[in-house]
Amino acid sequence: MAEEIKLMKGNEAIAHAAIRYGCDGYFGYPITPQSEVLETLEELMPWETTGMVVLQAESEVAAINMVYGGAATGKAVMTSSSSPGVSLKQEGISYIAAAELPALIVNVMRGGPGLGTIQPSQADYFQATKGGGHGDYHLIVLAPATVQEMADFVGLGFDLSFKYRTPAMILADGIVGQMMEKVVLPEPRPRRTAEEIAEQCPWAATGKHGRKERNVMTSLELEPDKMEVNNLRLQETYKRIEENEVRYKEYHVEDAEYLIVAFGSVARICLKAIEDARARGIKIGLLRPITLWPFPSDRLKELSSKIKGILTVELNAGQMIEDVKLAVECKIPVYHFGRMGGIVPNPGEVMNAFNNCFGEASNNSDL
Amino acid sequence: MKEEIIIAGFGGQGVLSMGKILAYAGLMENLEVTWMPSYGPEQRGGTANVTVIVSDSPISSPVLDTYDTAVLLNQQSLDKFEAKVKPGGTLIYDPSGIHRPPTRTDIKIVPVDAMSAAIEMNNTKTYNMILLGALLKHRPIVSVDAVLRGLKKTLPDRHHHLIPLNEKAIDRGMDIA
Repeated sequence: MAEEIKLMKGNEAIAHAAIRYGCDGYFGYPITPQSEVLETLEELMPWETTGMVVLQAESEVAAINMVYGGAATGKAVMTSSSSPGVSLKQEGISYIAAAELPALIVNVMRGGPGLGTIQPSQADYFQATKGGGHGDYHLIVLAPATVQEMADFVGLGFDLSFKYRTPAMILADGIVGQMMEKVVLPEPRPRRTAEEIAEQCPWAATGKHGRKERNVMTSLELEPDKMEVNNLRLQETYKRIEENEVRYKEYHVEDAEYLIVAFGSVARICLKAIEDARARGIKIGLLRPITLWPFPSDRLKELSSKIKGILTVELNAGQMIEDVKLAVECKIPVYHFGRMGGIVPNPGEVMNAFNNCFGEASNNSDL
Repeated sequence: MKEEIIIAGFGGQGVLSMGKILAYAGLMENLEVTWMPSYGPEQRGGTANVTVIVSDSPISSPVLDTYDTAVLLNQQSLDKFEAKVKPGGTLIYDPSGIHRPPTRTDIKIVPVDAMSAAIEMNNTKTYNMILLGALLKHRPIVSVDAVLRGLKKTLPDRHHHLIPLNEKAIDRGMDIA
């Protein structure tokens, strides 16, 4: 059967994909530029069809704690917000990570710091990939560049989150949240039954099912010896994720002499700049990390022996560049170009930035 | 085929929905499309703009610095985007309220008095469809039939009786452009 192609915003695609995944509950609070997630869910009324709960909480803090509670029962639960709202959720996210529970958090980033602006940004890279909340934990962080990926990463995020019992985040920007393009939605599947959850999530609070001990979900452990064991177990999980779940996409890398590294919709702006540059004989490639954590460090290290330099392009003051520099061990020059405050550079600006960094080299006749 | 379009004007002129209708028509023609709005407070009355790309191959950047075609509906938008039309491109504008008309000679400039035409049709809401007609006359990126099919698909049933009026407005735009 031919899949139906639809035209919709990235935020709307998230809502449709959540219902089709068999998501059990969404808990959110409106904030631009992601309010369409909650609005679309309320318009689609999935509680009438799949039985999915959609709830506008009284605050972001309440929403993330509802997610914490739902996740503890083995349900597929999610929340979405934008930068200031995601900051409010950080305590809850740290607790969910510590309690080793699956959950999906969507951040459609806007310009900060503070209340900032409603225009697109990628300035929450540090927050998403380095913790955000307190303690040693990581989220699996997926960075969509297209409306199709907004839809696809809902399922991927939930699947990874359940596989490793750790929260996953879709880190999008205002562009991919607000733009419309073609999307093929995932096949709908039913929500898991209580029996399936009990069987697939023996750790969840679903009743004792003949066991002697209750399952207790907590992040509190006052005995340092035991708390260190908890930490070591988390680190073991993060190691497995780093070994198995790195995702990225490469464009024109085969013969590239220079590399641009960019994520999300900014990678698409860079791709257009690169295609224009290639028409003039300048061989630039693009690496687009899809997982921002785990980061494609090994691949970058490998590429660094073949290329002359890297430019990272981000809607921030230079955040991902730190991971790029660590990956290539500063063996080749790595520069940053970014706009802040909700300004989105166009392909021409990206090319100017590239020329400013590598101008002399890229004008050499041997290119 | 790849057409990179900017539509800009005041919030409330139907800038975003004109772009949306064009994008849906592209979808009907099995083309690749992106629709990237300015989504700031301009929707509530300031200047609004939308970038629409319609292409027969995958689209990389939804954000552009130059455009094949511009539909510019107020002075601010004209001041901002006239210079960004590619040489040989098309600039459509509504002369009402414009005191500094476009001056470039390397692009095709099409004044369309869409507001007067909309008033003649006794329905100022036809304004953006008149402009869409003007656009499609000079840049036949999608067929009028695809526009109408797109409208039918996206408008709720209770608004389907308005489709013939929209078709008339497109025809009117084609006539006056």
